[in-house]
Amino acid sequence: MTRIVYCNCSFARVLAPEVKNRVLEGLAASGQAFDAVPDLCEMSARKDPALVQIAQGDVTIAACYPRAVRWLFSAAGAPLDPQRANILNMRSDSAESVLASLYGGAQ
Amino acid sequence: MSFRVALYESDGALPLEDSQRSAILRGLLEKGYRVSSIRKGGIVADAGEDALLVLGRFESTTPAAAADGAVRVSFRNVDGLEPAAITALVEEGRTAVAAPEPGKWKPWFPVIDYSRCTNCMQCLSFCLFEVYGVSSDHKIQVQNETNCKTECPACSRVCPEVAILFPKYRHSPINGDEVNADDMRREALKVDISALLGGDIYAALRDRSAKSKSRFSKERDEERAIKERANCLVKLTKEAGIPPEVLASLPSPEEILIKAEAAKQRAQIALAQNAIEQPK
Repeated sequence: MTRIVYCNCSFARVLAPEVKNRVLEGLAASGQAFDAVPDLCEMSARKDPALVQIAQGDVTIAACYPRAVRWLFSAAGAPLDPQRANILNMRSDSAESVLASLYGGAQ
Repeated sequence: MSFRVALYESDGALPLEDSQRSAILRGLLEKGYRVSSIRKGGIVADAGEDALLVLGRFESTTPAAAADGAVRVSFRNVDGLEPAAITALVEEGRTAVAAPEPGKWKPWFPVIDYSRCTNCMQCLSFCLFEVYGVSSDHKIQVQNETNCKTECPACSRVCPEVAILFPKYRHSPINGDEVNADDMRREALKVDISALLGGDIYAALRDRSAKSKSRFSKERDEERAIKERANCLVKLTKEAGIPPEVLASLPSPEEILIKAEAAKQRAQIALAQNAIEQPK
């Protein structure tokens, strides 16, 4: 089963609030379990062991630019397997497009 | 001490309204809490944290706390509580286990894209704040993230390979967006901070210091020196995107010289080691 991780980028204003809030609402209404993290950057800087756990399985991460997310995990000693990790970009894509990638249709 | 919240809506707990669930999650995330949303049929799994607070509309009495291996688990019934009250409850729970308050630091630091990095050590030589270091196998590494100056992307400007990201930066490709051919062309023409200051940045600062010292001794033209320095700082602020606060917090020219020499030496040692281990 693919794990879903949502990054709220709480400590900066780089994600459009309407996008991140809409994606969070979609996740909350999906009926599926997910992990919501305040800020992947902060977790990476702390080398949070949770990142290692996340990187170990199939995962879809709704966050920002895939290149940034990939190297944030790598910096924390938790490299993502490109075959098992799917990164969705809330910085450049619309909430509808992110939700469609998550669930095959907006929630 | 790491701390996580689980919003539990599985066996033994009543479900929340969608809008309520969403509001609780948003409130906790904005305060810096990590939350797992556990839905029907799901279980609370260990995610490597030291303490876990389980929130739910529990149907029967739950233990106030339980031990699950090394994890301290606490439960709180949130039935009938508003999202703000739930956030307050979580703050209380965090304090009870002595977990640090989240959100105290804006996570601003460089991230290296090793698919582009050539280990040239320019970033190590450039940074005055010892953000960079060298790993045991002589590779450039970000070692002191919290030393980095918020909003300052200067080291990414000196990287010739566009290999340094600041995910919270506004503009592409430093923000982590893919690097395209146009970016590479721009990088070739990018602000050369050294050129901007007429040579090596530290040498320029050193010269400025020396010149201003001699000027002070001869002419005591303090006003002119301050004006020159201000012009130089405006150039850096405008063209390299370095916030004025960072420039204002730079060490004195003498300290810069010492730090720059030390950084350069570290870079040279690492490069020499690499040359020995990986001869061309």
